[in-house]
Amino acid sequence: MVGKKLLGRENALDMIDKLIRWSPGDLTEVVLRSDFTALTRFAKNYIHQNVAESDYRVTVRVIFGKKIGSATTNSLDDDSLKEAVEDAAAIAKLQPPNEEFEGLPEPEPLPDVNCFVPETDSFSAKDRAAAVKEVVEVAKERGFEASGAFSTRSAELAVGNSRGVRAYNASTYAALSTVMAGGDGTGYAEASGRDVREIRPGEVARVARDKCAMAQNPVSVPPGEYEVVLEPLAVADLLDYLGRAGFSALAVREGRSFLAGKLGQKLFDEKFTMWDDGLDPRGFPIPFDLEGVPKRKVMLVENGVAKGLVYDYATAKREGKKSTGHGGFRGWGPVPANLFMGEGTATLEEMIRSTKRGILVTRFHYTNMAHPLKVLITGMTRDGTFLIEDGRITKAVKNFRFTESALRVFSTLDMIGREAVRVERTVVPAVRVPAFNFTGVTEF
Amino acid sequence: MKELTRKALDVVKELGASYGDIRIVETRTQTIRTRNGNVDALSSTRSKGFGVRVLYDGAWGFSSSSTLTEDEVVRVAKEAVEIARASATVKRDKDVVLSPVKPVVSKWASAVKTDPFSVKTEDKIALLLEADRLMAGCKEVKVRIGSMACQREDKIFASTEGSYIEQTKIETGAGIEATAADRGELQRRSYPTSFGGNWATAGYEIVEQMRLLDHAERVSREAVELLSAKQCPSGVMDVIIESSQLALQIHESCGHPIELDRVLGQEASYAGTSFLTPEKLGTFQYGSEEVTITADATLPRGLGSFGFDDEGVPAQRVTIVDKGIFKNYLTSRETAHELGQVSNGAMRADGWNRIPIIRMTNISLEPGDWTLDEMIKDTKEGILVATNKSWSIDDKRLNFQFGTEIAWEIKDGSLGAMLKNPTYTGITYEFWRSCDAVAGKDEWELWGLPNCGKGEPGQLAHVGHGASPARFRRVKVGVGKW
Ligand SMILES: [Zn+2]
Repeated sequence: MVGKKLLGRENALDMIDKLIRWSPGDLTEVVLRSDFTALTRFAKNYIHQNVAESDYRVTVRVIFGKKIGSATTNSLDDDSLKEAVEDAAAIAKLQPPNEEFEGLPEPEPLPDVNCFVPETDSFSAKDRAAAVKEVVEVAKERGFEASGAFSTRSAELAVGNSRGVRAYNASTYAALSTVMAGGDGTGYAEASGRDVREIRPGEVARVARDKCAMAQNPVSVPPGEYEVVLEPLAVADLLDYLGRAGFSALAVREGRSFLAGKLGQKLFDEKFTMWDDGLDPRGFPIPFDLEGVPKRKVMLVENGVAKGLVYDYATAKREGKKSTGHGGFRGWGPVPANLFMGEGTATLEEMIRSTKRGILVTRFHYTNMAHPLKVLITGMTRDGTFLIEDGRITKAVKNFRFTESALRVFSTLDMIGREAVRVERTVVPAVRVPAFNFTGVTEF
Repeated sequence: MKELTRKALDVVKELGASYGDIRIVETRTQTIRTRNGNVDALSSTRSKGFGVRVLYDGAWGFSSSSTLTEDEVVRVAKEAVEIARASATVKRDKDVVLSPVKPVVSKWASAVKTDPFSVKTEDKIALLLEADRLMAGCKEVKVRIGSMACQREDKIFASTEGSYIEQTKIETGAGIEATAADRGELQRRSYPTSFGGNWATAGYEIVEQMRLLDHAERVSREAVELLSAKQCPSGVMDVIIESSQLALQIHESCGHPIELDRVLGQEASYAGTSFLTPEKLGTFQYGSEEVTITADATLPRGLGSFGFDDEGVPAQRVTIVDKGIFKNYLTSRETAHELGQVSNGAMRADGWNRIPIIRMTNISLEPGDWTLDEMIKDTKEGILVATNKSWSIDDKRLNFQFGTEIAWEIKDGSLGAMLKNPTYTGITYEFWRSCDAVAGKDEWELWGLPNCGKGEPGQLAHVGHGASPARFRRVKVGVGKW
């Protein structure tokens, strides 16, 4: 992008030093971000929205004893920054002490992870348009219409506090997604990564196009329990709910998690293994969290046994543990942010072949938690839902609503795909489940 | 600021743009959250910046920046044209055409009785902590949350067609909630509604009117009672929906499908399209005769109210569904032209760094002439549901499913036992056609939703919905295995 102004390590950390120097607090924490996002959106085979943004955000927390005030500004001039420090200090003084405040983390050595790819950083509006053109050409070959978005982002995150934490990271992000529509079907595919060169628009487009071609003439199949083969996009959706609902140490402490009192028990299928790893380049690596604490790999479920939880600084300190680098989501406690699910041995074809009468799901849409302790989730299927009969895909079907517990899904996995793929921040394989509860059906 | 807007518009005109506009937006937000007796977030946020939107060679470009200097305005204006040029390389078979709007020079400010920023922060904290204390009576209540926020947005809109509009909008919101957990069950209750409470384009007076302290003990008690309440039965029965849940029902099943950009496929890749395709306009039976729905951006206190939208189109009141018949979409200048209409003013952007897209204003179910009591008395077998817990709807907005915090049995005209985990599901138009009773003006309430997500990159809109309780016949309830 033209005129982009990343601050760079030195400037970012200098700014943090300055804010800490100005702060009258007993403790001070500064989180600084810069964000340069560009996104080209297309619909019906043409570009209809095309945007760019350049923004900074500085949040300073000023702490007197256990009284905490926080102020955020997006202006980097000294006057605005001073005003933010004064605002934070003024509101800190207005409140009673927060007895749950456990202080700020001390500095620790940070892992060296490269998250910044210059080719992504320099990807231009012209480059995005060329990629979109490639997608559109693939759609047109079959008389389909492509919609979607191609985005790139360059960002900086710097965290510092008055106990000496100084963390800086620059990162890039690129993503392409497309829905292809034609006749009475749709198909979807996406790709993302830190390196824009890993995104092959033609390949993404062909996957979506083939799905759309297969999705023609959908028939309405009655809702009920079916065997299902869930492709990685659908698995990632359910896994994210499972991670968020269960594996936060604060949620467990407060009895809001299904894991309360159950750590160490076998709660899942023995083939099921899940962990959080913010450093693995197969996902979206990032060296530290919003408290400046290094990311640590946490085994959450091993061979079906619930093994671990993620911690932020405060929750860890209260329990005499060490933060796992999952802090900064104030009020909500720590949450897993980079989930991985262990691979199995099956191919997608093998899962389909071993299904007598079942449904193949490409992805879910508009999922929502109906009950957090049961991890009961409802949502729709979308963009490629198929009937499997006697080991073969026989027809496209109209989209279902499901109302099903993720706990049940991951405790009854009978086959797991041998290749895990990146779905945004989550890396998962496809799975086969013997019974999945579809509770409704729609008209398309 | 006038020099900056003029500079941006001059630059884009010189570069050959056929249309350009600039918005300069400054927002100030204060957020307070209490959790289990502590102030767990107290923050003040300021954001300012500008965005330039242009049409060049019949295609759109937009760029934005938080640095409000003349040099940066020139850079961003040039970049917007550069981006539009790239858009034009993968263009539609016809150019974007904007339906006409009269250029205006105007100022607008929302009405406020008590400026929420003038109320002492200590007093706001004291109110939330007192509500927290009142919720703390029951040991099963594991998490108590109180929240309050206010926002002031100052916005300038200027276009190459000669509009120059200054608007100031003040919003305030608050709410409390209690989450109880015991022996494998978890239940939440909130007031006045869930997910951050109620919001309005108004000052601190709306917080005072909520009387949070009068409801705190009940909220906490109901959360605990729900732990051992009867599971909502499964079956087909009549459902009476209280007004805050009905507000969300309107939002998902009427508000979104009437957005003309969705209808025309512009959101296909993300949120989806709409079952309300253009041939249905004016004839489709969306609901029963009891159902009249309006979109009104002029509604006092409505969270979706404004003076002018982000294309400089004045705020309007539009009938969406008239006695059951689908009459109008929410439109923009570009999409209205596709139907041979002019914009009805629904284009809004989430801040300086986003383009305007079609957003709900205040989409309301007009009051009928029943009362909630009469409806209950008139119902043989059914449930009364209240306060949203979960929501989901398909990408054409047909198959929906909602969960609410609480319900009560209705048997032979009277309210019975409390029910936990209520859910209900249906197909949008079948559901609205089954509406046979809507309560009157006295029970009509206006709700503000500050978190309607749409678009890529993501945008959150502040929208409003008015509703009074209503009854729907033969609805599928108690979905899934519990
Ligand atoms: Zn919405």
